[in-house]
Amino acid sequence: MINVLFFASLRERLGCESLTLDYQPEMKLDDIKNQLMAKGDNWQNVLSGNVLAAIDQEMVQGDAEIHDNAEIAFFPPVTGG
Amino acid sequence: MDHNQELAMIKVTENDFNVAEEYQALINNNSQDGAVVFFVGLVRDFNQGHSIKGLHLEYYPAMTENALKVIVEKAKERWPIGRVRLIHRVGSLNINDQIVFVGVSSQHREASFEAAQFIMDFLKTEAPFWKKEVTADEGERWVEANQKDQLARKRW
Repeated sequence: MINVLFFASLRERLGCESLTLDYQPEMKLDDIKNQLMAKGDNWQNVLSGNVLAAIDQEMVQGDAEIHDNAEIAFFPPVTGG
Repeated sequence: MDHNQELAMIKVTENDFNVAEEYQALINNNSQDGAVVFFVGLVRDFNQGHSIKGLHLEYYPAMTENALKVIVEKAKERWPIGRVRLIHRVGSLNINDQIVFVGVSSQHREASFEAAQFIMDFLKTEAPFWKKEVTADEGERWVEANQKDQLARKRW
């Protein structure tokens, strides 16, 4: 099982704070993203924009590998400071 | 006192901070450092073409503090700095409220000036915080990341 979190404007636009997905061997971050984008037009639009991602609280790129029980987070470019 | 904790204090909090206390913590029993540089970020009343009444700061609790630690460690690898204190507030803030504090001490001023800039530039582009502004004209809006911050980070 993989836990997926959404933050800030992404969470609001998707109307979703978190969800779980089944783990499959050799999954990469982009596979998760594609799976989510197939959920509908809104998911497609929101996730095809400028979106950052983290696996287990570390920022990663799309080719990063997923392990079972990973915590994946998707969020917009950061605006702190 | 734990040696590492003394050298780098990093905090994400809803509470305000007191600059005088932070400065004291940078200089107390610190006879080796001859320079202290600190920066305070405040909530402005105008941003990206909108008049602002206040803002909400969201973060990623499990990740944000650790991301700040990584940034401070990078700064320590790069410059001979002594102490670092880094505070970032979250939650609801009003105009003129303090948002962020970064304070750095070092033997000579160049290291703390540059390390403080470096920490802020990386914080603004890599630490998971998101600002949502309460505007006077358009209700609430998420602040958009800007190119200027990305360029500032690339200079390092």
